[in-house]
Amino acid sequence: MPTPSHSLSAPGTPGRVCGTTGLGVCLDAQRFIKLNAVAGIVFLLLGGIAALLLALTRWQTVHLLPVDWFYRILTFHGINMLILWILFFEIAILYFACTTPLNARLFSRKIAWVSFGMMLTGAIMVDYIIIAGKADVMMTSYLPLLAHPLFYLGIILVAVGTLVGVFNFFATLYVAKRDKAFTGSVPIVTFGATAAAIIAVVTLLHGAVVMIPTFTYSMGWTPQPDPAWYRLIWWGLGHQSQQVNVCAMVSVWYLLSHIIVGARPINEAVCRTAFVLYILFINLASAHHLLVDPGVGATWKIWNTSYAMYLAVLASMVHGFTVPAGVEIAMREKGYTNGIFGWVTALPWKNPAFSGTALSVVIFGFLGGITGVTLGTQQINIIAHNTLRIPGHFHVTVVGGTTLAFMALAYYVIPLIFQRDFIFRGVARVQPWLFGLGIVLLSFGMSFAGSMGVSRRSWDIDAQGVYGPAAHLWLGVLGIGGVLAFVGLLVFALLCVGTLFFGPKIEKRAMADWGTPPALAGSQSGSLAHDHYATKGTIVLVLVFLACFAVYYFANWKALADVWPVR
Amino acid sequence: MSLTPLTKPWFHAPAGHEKIWLGCAVLWCFVMSLMMPYWHFRGKQNSTGEAYTVKPADFLARTEKFVAANQVGTYKNTQHNALMPELPIVEPPAGGDAYLIGRMWHWYPALRLRLGETYRLHLSALDLQHGFSLQPLNMNFQVLPGYDHVLTLTPTSKGEFTIVCNEFCGAGHHAMSGKIFVE
Repeated sequence: MPTPSHSLSAPGTPGRVCGTTGLGVCLDAQRFIKLNAVAGIVFLLLGGIAALLLALTRWQTVHLLPVDWFYRILTFHGINMLILWILFFEIAILYFACTTPLNARLFSRKIAWVSFGMMLTGAIMVDYIIIAGKADVMMTSYLPLLAHPLFYLGIILVAVGTLVGVFNFFATLYVAKRDKAFTGSVPIVTFGATAAAIIAVVTLLHGAVVMIPTFTYSMGWTPQPDPAWYRLIWWGLGHQSQQVNVCAMVSVWYLLSHIIVGARPINEAVCRTAFVLYILFINLASAHHLLVDPGVGATWKIWNTSYAMYLAVLASMVHGFTVPAGVEIAMREKGYTNGIFGWVTALPWKNPAFSGTALSVVIFGFLGGITGVTLGTQQINIIAHNTLRIPGHFHVTVVGGTTLAFMALAYYVIPLIFQRDFIFRGVARVQPWLFGLGIVLLSFGMSFAGSMGVSRRSWDIDAQGVYGPAAHLWLGVLGIGGVLAFVGLLVFALLCVGTLFFGPKIEKRAMADWGTPPALAGSQSGSLAHDHYATKGTIVLVLVFLACFAVYYFANWKALADVWPVR
Repeated sequence: MSLTPLTKPWFHAPAGHEKIWLGCAVLWCFVMSLMMPYWHFRGKQNSTGEAYTVKPADFLARTEKFVAANQVGTYKNTQHNALMPELPIVEPPAGGDAYLIGRMWHWYPALRLRLGETYRLHLSALDLQHGFSLQPLNMNFQVLPGYDHVLTLTPTSKGEFTIVCNEFCGAGHHAMSGKIFVE
């Protein structure tokens, strides 16, 4: 019996050829990309509505929600944003990354249904039990806080469903390689997605290890797990899953900068090594959340927060150079050679996918990366732990970085996979700017209020009587930023859903161009392939970045030196 | 190309600007990783995580004994929504042990410390996890039930300090507070 071919070009394979890129699209993969992306955007909208309510409550002057609903909605927001929206959208990205770039078909339709069904069932269970008021435990559900068993069961279902989807991804990679659907090593987008999938497996196993005994405890079958053990393992899920987001986001940067500007990684060996560094050196990131915990010693904390000399941070600094450098080379080769930054002004800033990607790189690097490494420094954590500085950091990584990159991707996914052009294209061009601005304001508000000691996850700061007008002012900035970001999110969701119903259909023609920089007369693609000093603008930008990093980092050591001596 | 398989030869040693940036990045990561051990030996603010397992009932008993032996006054909380209107003020001996309980929703007892003296402050929770957040200094430590978390602390500024709870612990969490006076 001949081996069944999983190549997209094999006869009888459900596929089509994309009218825009000329690449093959597996129709099975397309269906599940659609399903998972739509589910993701629905949960994004739910989480966004929750975000608006929270921002309007922490904005002390407005103080909208009553106390019980504040914590309920905060739990709901965390679960819907950090788990549901991100995981559904990542499964969509994985299904894309293992089919079209490899000219392969999806391994199994049935497995994809099982994965989607489990994730959706679990998601509905969790959301229902939170809104029903039986799981006011925050996303982290730190023991001895205890939620209704359905809360844990729902999370377990979502995690296992995601694992099943990740299995489908690996199986597709395997048969594509076996059937020689492609030759050579996988493209960098697929490589990055594979790194994300590997970290996801490790992450979700941590989730199983911590959630199953907590579930059995909530049923009364087993004794209560130790709270310190719970924190250690739970953050193996909670923090590492953010590294899945980073990998997926960086893959999206490579993908979109290639599609829009024609960028290519200047050195694939280095980029790929950076992805491997993520896999190898992120697995102890749980420590970031235990830096002022009892029971784990200084040596453990110092070693595990820098994971062998910050090699995962190094990886992000590599991508932070390679992505803009690839764009700069592509622009210079197209003939935009004016000065150091002439290529920057010629970039398609009105293309929402491009502006979304560029903002994602800048917000993630300058704000998210710098604050993350600094707050995750063992001793500096003393002046940051559980203050609003922490959400001030992760809203610029996972929202300003990952979510904005995923939104940017949607501006191509919907025309290319759903085959409909966007409605209200002028509004779409503004959306990433509005969302990005809102998130940056939100993050500044949180970070500065946090520096003044305002705690995260607190309904009312006036009860303590210790926070002055400056803290209230920054909470107002948080509120305004939250409202702006919510409007940006709502516009995005409405544009996507509206396009699915009313967007002009694309059949065998190219999608409407969002704006791509044309090659100027006399330019030649590949002309700078061997010029190692062509990225003048990028090297200036990254050195400015490093200077900002160093200033912020040492300013925090100074602030730490001013508090009481403690051991 | 980002969307096409990698072609051979795939390895190119970093050169030019890329090499400069990689060098800077590696050096910076090295500096950051050395800062933490440096501060551990030379800096004055460290979280060593010194802790002992303890049953909540035992920790309560130790704290009650500490309060009975060292109480110097009573603190009346005049905040309109204070959940604990009165707390004993307790002054531990200089260089000695002090006990502080976090429970829903106050820190017990209030402490009076002397400027420049060093104390071993034992922190534990009786019910849920709590967050010890000393304001307006903004020093933060995690407090878990079942663990006696010991901070060796030296007050270097005078005044009235408020302990806020910064780990979610239910409906009264936002108003959970305690006091440290430094004289």
